[in-house]
Amino acid sequence: MAKVKKEKVRGKKFTFDDFELILLSLPTVIWYLVFSFIPLFGLLIAFKQWSLSGDFFTSLIQSDWVAFKNFEFLFMTSDAIRALWLTIAYNVAFIILGVVIPVTLAIMVSNLYSQKLGKVCQTAMFLPHFMSWIVASYFLFAFMSPDKGLFNSALTALGLGKVDWYGEQAVGYWPIILIIMNIWKTTGYGMVVYLASITGIDATYYEAAVIDGASKWQQTTKITIPLLKQIMIIMSIMAIGRIFNSDFGLFYQVPKATSQLYPVTMTLDVYIYNALIALGDVGMSSAAAFFQSIAGCICILIANAIVTKIDRESAFF
Amino acid sequence: MAKTKKEKPVLEGLAKFNRVSKPMNVLFSIIFIIAALCCVIPLIFVIVISLTDKTSISAIGYSFFPQKWSLAAYGELWNNREQIITSFLISIVVTVGGTVLGLFLNAAMGYVLSRSSFKLKKLYTWLVFIPMVFNGGMVSMYLVITQFLYIQDTLLVLILPLAVASFYVIILRTFFQTTVPDSLIESGKIDGASQLRIFFQIVLPISLPALATIGLFLSFAYWNDWWQAFMYISNKDLWPLQYVLVQIDRQIQAMLDMSKYVALSAAELADRIPTDGMKMALVVVIVVPIACSYPFFQKYFISGLTIGAVKG
Repeated sequence: MAKVKKEKVRGKKFTFDDFELILLSLPTVIWYLVFSFIPLFGLLIAFKQWSLSGDFFTSLIQSDWVAFKNFEFLFMTSDAIRALWLTIAYNVAFIILGVVIPVTLAIMVSNLYSQKLGKVCQTAMFLPHFMSWIVASYFLFAFMSPDKGLFNSALTALGLGKVDWYGEQAVGYWPIILIIMNIWKTTGYGMVVYLASITGIDATYYEAAVIDGASKWQQTTKITIPLLKQIMIIMSIMAIGRIFNSDFGLFYQVPKATSQLYPVTMTLDVYIYNALIALGDVGMSSAAAFFQSIAGCICILIANAIVTKIDRESAFF
Repeated sequence: MAKTKKEKPVLEGLAKFNRVSKPMNVLFSIIFIIAALCCVIPLIFVIVISLTDKTSISAIGYSFFPQKWSLAAYGELWNNREQIITSFLISIVVTVGGTVLGLFLNAAMGYVLSRSSFKLKKLYTWLVFIPMVFNGGMVSMYLVITQFLYIQDTLLVLILPLAVASFYVIILRTFFQTTVPDSLIESGKIDGASQLRIFFQIVLPISLPALATIGLFLSFAYWNDWWQAFMYISNKDLWPLQYVLVQIDRQIQAMLDMSKYVALSAAELADRIPTDGMKMALVVVIVVPIACSYPFFQKYFISGLTIGAVKG
């Protein structure tokens, strides 16, 4: 291996080591180029009249530029505007509840007398994280099936009328159902993250507080929550960066793709999917996807900038 | 862990003194038991339904206390074994193949990024970071896969797009940085090992805990994936189990629509349409392996999430 030593010159020159490391990472780099960076060219489709001729790049080059026409069409359709607002509204609810509930529960679990009970409950609450939305949709269906579901059986037993949960009649219930489903699926994960930070807090803070006569409530608000602030901010920024994205599984599969429920379930991703697959409208769906990507990126940068201004330490990058 | 244990005797007196009040503890406990039940009961309910006899379902609907138990739903699943077994095998192949491939790809990138002397480190960091904030979106991805890679309707489309994630790369990078000392790699080099050999024979064997974590993330992601099949697979022989679940409902709808035009007796129709019990039995088949295994793997998950929370 004399070769290695000979070529191992410090400085600008590539060493044999570098060469080997490049070789080792080559498959992953190719993966990144193909699955993350080539699709970025696809964002240009939003400004083109897409016509399929040969492969992806030929079509991309040969399609005509139409400037903002796709966007004009997009923002003229009331469905798209509605989908945009729905997405934002759901995400705001998810972000707020996705911080408040797991933090509260994590603080509570750290205060339980019985650590064993806490562990068992935490394991149980982690279960939904490992279920796909398809499976979750069947879980929900067991309760909400219009003719056999438990909810309707209970309503009948109480002498109330049945509700057609997947029909037009139930549109008003679905925002709440979707929010509950999202909490159900994500709380366990959030709790794990926050509990890890809580157990990482130096016990001497609490000792000092006890000596100063602080109550448990004061310890929570004055020590635990401020020390959790950074991780809370990081989690929120990550969520804000995805404020224009919605979980397709939750909004499409959980309501069983029922078109009567579209007024409350058609978020941007469902809209893009429908425009692309059902209508085959590449122009409109790519305009929506372009908007989603750019706006999401801007959002994450702004959120990070604001956080940096307020508290340099808590910034994400 | 050892440290906290050592401190425990000292803290015990204080910890006993500094606790929430008893009624508070009872309240918290009740809240947690309810929350835990909310998360587990749907699964139990589905298992019960899958074991309920058809007659009981049509008489009193889904119930925790069926009038009659039966294994008929699983029998029906067995009668459809051609599709179910094919899909089961596809799910297994995709999960195992994807996890192995993904582990190699993520670990290689994580290792390269963790070497401070690597010349292209900056470029590579951007390569990994940009996809975290910026992506091409659903439409470009669809067009790239169907009109550039032409891998729709192959096993590759079920495996490749999920193989790498920047989140995994960062977890592994952090792990390699903190637990694989430079001196170890230097000593490997002095013994005449190449970087590739060092990676495969020294770094990977001592990084098993981190690899276990990422391997679990990957295998659960592959097992639970239905999106790739939903978008890109039309060939029945390539459907993973999760996608069969998506398709069952569609087929029922199609058959109901068809029955309006083709004269089918009610009995014939009932014979062809999968029963609710069978759907739930399929859900059980998909979910039970996960539900039984994750409590044992949970600690690896938690350690992964905790490393991942370190700033990138």
